[in-house]
Amino acid sequence: MDKNYEIVIGLEVHVELATDSKIFCHCPTLFGAPPNTQVCPVCLGLPGSLPVLNRQALVLAMRAALALESTLAEHTKFDRKNYFYPDLPKAYQISQFDQPLALGGSVEIAAPAGPKRIAITRVHMEEDAGKLIHQGAGGRLGTAGSSLVDYNRTGVPLIEIVSEPDLRSADEAYAYLIALKEILQHTGISDCNMEEGSLRCDANISVRLRGEQVLGTKAELKNMNSFKHIRSAIEYEARRQIRVLIEGGQVVQESRLWDEEKDMSYPMRSKEEAHDYRYFPEPDLPVITITAEVREAIRQSLPELPQARRQRFRQKYALNEYNAGVLISSRELADFFESMVDCQAPAQAACNWLTVELLGKLNAEGRRITQSPVSPEHLAELVRMIELGKISGKIGKKVFAEMFQSGRAPEDIVAKQGLSQISDPGVMRKMVDEVLAAHPGPTAEYRNGKTQTLGFLVGRVMQASGGQANPKLVNQILKERLG
Amino acid sequence: MDRHEYSALELREGIARRDFTAREVCETVFTRIRAWDPKFKIFLASDEQGAYSAATEVDRKLAAGESAGPLAGLPLALKDNLCTSGFPTTCASRILEGWRPPYNATVVERVKAAGAVLVGKVNMDEFAMGSSCENSAFFPTRNPWNPDCVAGGSSGGSAAAVAADLVPLALGSDTGGSIRQPASFCGVVGLKPTYGRVSRFGLVAFASSLDQIGPLARNVEDAALLLSVIAGHDQRDATSTDLPVPDYLLRLKEGVKGLKIGLPREFISAGIHPEIKTALDTAQKVFADAGVELIEVALPHAEYCLAAYYLVATAEASSNLARYDGVQYGQRVSGDNLLEMYAATRATGFGAEVKRRIMLGTYALSAGYYEAYYKKALQVRTLIQRDFEQAMTKCDLILTPTSPTTAFSLGEKTKDPLTMYLSDVFTTSANLAGLPGVSIPGGFSSEGLPIGLQLIGKAYDEETLLRTAYAFQSRTDWHTRRPAMEEAK
Amino acid sequence: MPEITEETVKKIARLANLRMDPDETARFTEHLEKVLEYMRKLNQLDTTGIPQTAHVLPLQNVWREDEVLPGLDRSEALAGAPDVRDDCFRVPRIIE
Ligand SMILES: [Mg+2]
Ligand SMILES: [Zn+2]
Repeated sequence: MDKNYEIVIGLEVHVELATDSKIFCHCPTLFGAPPNTQVCPVCLGLPGSLPVLNRQALVLAMRAALALESTLAEHTKFDRKNYFYPDLPKAYQISQFDQPLALGGSVEIAAPAGPKRIAITRVHMEEDAGKLIHQGAGGRLGTAGSSLVDYNRTGVPLIEIVSEPDLRSADEAYAYLIALKEILQHTGISDCNMEEGSLRCDANISVRLRGEQVLGTKAELKNMNSFKHIRSAIEYEARRQIRVLIEGGQVVQESRLWDEEKDMSYPMRSKEEAHDYRYFPEPDLPVITITAEVREAIRQSLPELPQARRQRFRQKYALNEYNAGVLISSRELADFFESMVDCQAPAQAACNWLTVELLGKLNAEGRRITQSPVSPEHLAELVRMIELGKISGKIGKKVFAEMFQSGRAPEDIVAKQGLSQISDPGVMRKMVDEVLAAHPGPTAEYRNGKTQTLGFLVGRVMQASGGQANPKLVNQILKERLG
Repeated sequence: MDRHEYSALELREGIARRDFTAREVCETVFTRIRAWDPKFKIFLASDEQGAYSAATEVDRKLAAGESAGPLAGLPLALKDNLCTSGFPTTCASRILEGWRPPYNATVVERVKAAGAVLVGKVNMDEFAMGSSCENSAFFPTRNPWNPDCVAGGSSGGSAAAVAADLVPLALGSDTGGSIRQPASFCGVVGLKPTYGRVSRFGLVAFASSLDQIGPLARNVEDAALLLSVIAGHDQRDATSTDLPVPDYLLRLKEGVKGLKIGLPREFISAGIHPEIKTALDTAQKVFADAGVELIEVALPHAEYCLAAYYLVATAEASSNLARYDGVQYGQRVSGDNLLEMYAATRATGFGAEVKRRIMLGTYALSAGYYEAYYKKALQVRTLIQRDFEQAMTKCDLILTPTSPTTAFSLGEKTKDPLTMYLSDVFTTSANLAGLPGVSIPGGFSSEGLPIGLQLIGKAYDEETLLRTAYAFQSRTDWHTRRPAMEEAK
Repeated sequence: MPEITEETVKKIARLANLRMDPDETARFTEHLEKVLEYMRKLNQLDTTGIPQTAHVLPLQNVWREDEVLPGLDRSEALAGAPDVRDDCFRVPRIIE
């Protein structure tokens, strides 16, 4: 990328709220149902139907605003955004225009050059549209002979989080999305499940010569739903705009779509004229007044935010930045870790077992932490058994494999299979004597001063014990017998 | 008196006493519909089968000693913008021809539960846009008092059905006078409740912040009875109020002594027909005799009502009617691509007046014109609302004519949209301010056409409004006159 | 000078998705201008600082609980549709 140019990015992120029912009707929000089976007169926009606000959608949206340090409006209202598209059954989207739920706020991101605060412009509520399936010729818009509409998604509650143009690279945009996702997950606002489209993003991108104050002409990349693609799409678009400028051209203000397969963006052909949304107050929904009491109650109900939690993990548990970061990457993971610590597992060991062993196995099977067959209590118990010397680390891995298979408690497995560590000096002496008798050569060499053979003898004792001997004790008794 | 002339309350008593059955009442209704509907063109679809089975059920319940509800066996006609499950609902528009909603409007549920016998869906101006019923895509409804005259609109079918003694009760909707004006043209009682009093769920929206459903009947008692059934909170309409609903019949006859009626000088001076002015003067004397004090009040922004109303109503309508695009229901005119399909469907499916209002509303909301038109209209709406608040500190009700003229001839005002709009000049203010209003029979012109008087009440105080209307009705006999339809045959 | 020209009418008709032939365009131009001329009488009023009334009655904070209730069967949802394919509503090709 040409170093003379600076990239300026603002993101509009749409997040699905974790409600059971849709924002204005009682239909479920479940993902993956057969087409047009989660619909009713309201979300189909049938003549005569009327919307009624889902209180939980409002609560989650307010929680999101406060988690982003945004200022909740005293009075907020819904507006109609009017445009024709087959995925929009009423030909208007109920959204918010000039009195959004919240204004301002910021998110701290881990930028390559260190922490940076990205300002939030606004947070507002709106309803999702339906899903279009394009038929024929590659299933793509433009080439499709016709399109099919499934309205299951229509009316799923969303918040739109609009950032200021504070992001300066694809990496920063990526870090911003990660930070946002962590906050929304930790506060229970959304599951942020990308595969199910719970988090989607539009990016406003412009470039300008470094030192220039005025913003360049922007292009809008629409509807991206994977972090990886967002990063490549932004990079592609910035590069494209810089090339246009270097070649003496001008960037055209337009909306563009990202083609995941071809790794390139292309302009949408819609005319600018079509975007006269004719917003006006939604007459079917009364205004919302948020009192100071309600605002404070929501604030009180907020759990610890990921940034604070990361700090606490580093200080209280003496974890390094990397480990704290891994644990914070999802609320469930962080909760799992803290449950282990609550069960007296030492923090560092708990972190290692959780992030290396358990996550490793889960990832290999494409499962999430919430689907773990091993409970935090059991994993903590395993860690403690190793820590107390009841079993060796090596046996620990065997026990863990069994725990993952069966979901049984580690003590249970150890007892049934007789895996507990041999720490009885009497038993151990007998074992050591047998090994020394069986290996007269190395024994003699050691006694002649060739102390390197001790390692070989320790190995033999361990082997003889089936790995159950306490290695410290083996060393101690070997030296005592050889001495 | 023939059975078709019985009021709803009289029918209810007769059925309860078993003087006659609900089924027999039903027979009377369909006999009359068959005789008169071809002449007056009132029904878009009648439901004989449904009506008879509802009537039979009422008779069964009564025979078994079960309660059959406050409207047990009473025939009722529905304006065709009220959704009826599995039964055609067209809004008198080609674009909805053939559509059968999969659900009932809340008011439909309520009248059914109350034992009413739904006889069918009646004509209206397309999507409730009009003041004469001539904008129906199917045919204009004729006035039972003179078939060469319009029935008024947009609830022309509802008013004519009651006036022609086809049914004692009908439901209509009123966005800018659409219940009151046809009630006045047809010589019946028509009430627009306070905005939020009656659930709009299932009423096909014209202008959502103005629309209200209300009763039409031959007298005030029957209107009060029907309002008692349809009023009240509905969880499915976020704009419906949860205030308790009084039994409107209970205190209807308590008298009006001590009440104050305001006469807005701005409305009286507006160019109204001299015969209507005379009726208004006579009405003042009637009220004075009943013990009401009449005072003059000011509504300084009255002359701006109509302009503000048509801007707000068309802006909302442009959005409400955008959903008729040939994707999910109703008629589709095919096109080579999506936009062509949309444009062809909507151009073919909507009539001229509907298109005109969509255009007007789209313009009023569009970039560059929003401030000058839509926003301005909302500000003027505030001024109008304040006018009423101010006036209502001095009086309990406001009295005006319902319409500046009596029913006009078919075709008389169809050439020029603005002339037609002007017939709503006295009615739109109640919608803008959200207040309840009723039109009651107040006299006849020299041509024998009914004259209507409008009373506007305080918000949620339909009780006083009905009581006052009843006091007038009990001192006059305009409501007892019937059109001489036999002679016209 | 009239505010409404045939160009304006064509633009609004596109926004509202109404196909319009030349005769109609001419007629609508005339009608809209006439009606808007009447509407412009509102400009006689100074409304500086006057709040807008979008909702006439002072209702606020109306909501329902987050509860799933049965909606329509798919067959009911699709019953009125002019074109159905694979349990979906079908529309002609979309030209962006
Ligand atoms: Mg949005
Ligand atoms: Zn729904």
